[in-house]
Amino acid sequence: MNSRSCAIEVEQLVREFRKGPRAVDGIDLAVSPGEIYGFLGPNGAGKSTTVLTLTTLLPPTSGRASVGGYDIVRDGAHVRASIGAALQEAALDAILTGREHLTLQATLQGMPKAERARRAQELLERVGLTEAADRRVGGYSGGMKRRLDLALALVHRPRILFLDEPTTGLDLQSRSALWEEVARLAHDEGMTVFLTTQYLEEADALADRVGIIDHGKIVAEGTPTQLKEEIGSPTVEVVPADPTLGETLVEQLTRFGTLARNGGGAVTVQLPGGESQLAEIVRALDQAHLKVASLQLHQTSLDDVFLAKTGRKLEGAGEDEDER
Amino acid sequence: MSVSAAASNGVPALVQPSLVDQVGAVARRSVTRTFRQRGLLVFPLVFPLLLFAINGSALGAARKINGFPDVSYRDFALAIPFIQGALFVAVSAGTDLARDIESGFFNRLALTPLRGSALLAGQLGGAVVVACVQSLVYLAVGIASGVGIASGFGGALVLLALSILIAFGFAGLGALLALRFGSGEAVQGFFPLLFVTIFLSSSNLPRNLIKADWFREVATYNPVSYLIEGVRSLIITGWDGEALALGFGFALLLCVITLSLAGASMKNRLVRT
Repeated sequence: MNSRSCAIEVEQLVREFRKGPRAVDGIDLAVSPGEIYGFLGPNGAGKSTTVLTLTTLLPPTSGRASVGGYDIVRDGAHVRASIGAALQEAALDAILTGREHLTLQATLQGMPKAERARRAQELLERVGLTEAADRRVGGYSGGMKRRLDLALALVHRPRILFLDEPTTGLDLQSRSALWEEVARLAHDEGMTVFLTTQYLEEADALADRVGIIDHGKIVAEGTPTQLKEEIGSPTVEVVPADPTLGETLVEQLTRFGTLARNGGGAVTVQLPGGESQLAEIVRALDQAHLKVASLQLHQTSLDDVFLAKTGRKLEGAGEDEDER
Repeated sequence: MSVSAAASNGVPALVQPSLVDQVGAVARRSVTRTFRQRGLLVFPLVFPLLLFAINGSALGAARKINGFPDVSYRDFALAIPFIQGALFVAVSAGTDLARDIESGFFNRLALTPLRGSALLAGQLGGAVVVACVQSLVYLAVGIASGVGIASGFGGALVLLALSILIAFGFAGLGALLALRFGSGEAVQGFFPLLFVTIFLSSSNLPRNLIKADWFREVATYNPVSYLIEGVRSLIITGWDGEALALGFGFALLLCVITLSLAGASMKNRLVRT
């Protein structure tokens, strides 16, 4: 992809803080128009610094990047006109109402007076905040604040949307509501979405492609399926009802893939053919009259990918590190 | 709203809202915030008036000092609330701006075409509206308590103008502190220091009647003395050209210095590529 066809293109981007480590350490990435790009990594990995740099709020130390076809250093104003951003923690004024926020944003974006109120109402309806529109934001729930934050990012109809950990701290219901809206923006309206997250399931559910960042470097990139396939196929663990039948179990399962013996007669088998092999395994065990205590399918997750690439589990990683 | 000319290389034109729209929007927000948080309005009103009431009755004996102006101590002391109120405005404006920086709201504004100068002017514009309300209340309470304005109605208007100018200068100082430190606590930490400058001035006695040499010296070099004396002259003397020139002069100087420094700090804080 060249910069004309890329919504976001980054080459050897570095951001170094004085007396600090390299928060972003020579990353390369390219995001196509209409794509949802998930930037996955633990706290302190460099996700937010990347977003601040791409949204022109932090100048890069070296390297280059273009957003919406504009260079982030030379054409900052054009970049800002092309993007919407909901940065980490909804930056809202607790004293103002939701509608006042949207009107203020519309004014500062240079929207004609007659259009401001209409656009505010349109966005309030879109994010489901019509009833709470004239209430002060201080009384909003976390989910409502995030939805308003998203609406504010959309006021000037940007082509590219940056969302920095948009669902952190939200309950499941609010999280999935936000996922739906983001997916709709990308798939129905062709908006490019650059989304940072530390939630595996979020990247998995939303992102067309995922970049995994750790210590300022991208350690893996691809579609969630590609990344998982790169690490390995799913496994199934079978525990026999009678632990003495472990060897019989091995005989039955050996033709399905590589086996590993666990304690208590349990056997784990890797499924090179994917989860579709599960049905065949169940049939084989049934035909051999082997009773099982449990049978568990373990899908390869992005956490496995993170573990394979960094040697650490994503959950809890970075908690001891300083937030960059 | 204006649209900047499209560059020759085909780069689309940018929508740039007018400066008036930008300043108006930020100022409206600033005023709305203040009026919705009554504590921010009430305390700066009550505290200076309380001190005025206490000083006015407790320090009345100062009139017996030889050379003290031939007015009641209450008349003499009414100038102080205007300066104290201005300090409260400074802290309030600074804290508001610092809170925006801390909460990330400043970043949200930075992502719009908002100009730094418009943000500063809007924020201070809101502070000036508050200062205006405060000054009117101080003046009304003073007159209601029997203070006469020697310079008459016209003088009262000039007094309001001077006190608003002083508040504007101090609000610039609050904004400067906020932009330099980016912390509401840091701004509030400066408040006692600013308040001390009032006590080390001619707030309670005319400078020529201060006995302690060091205090008189400090009060003479303290610009706050001239701000107070400018306001006071309109209340107790009438039209005193020298006092007014010094008062307006120092108020303007305060505005120029604090606003220039705040403007420079805004440029550093509003880093956008």
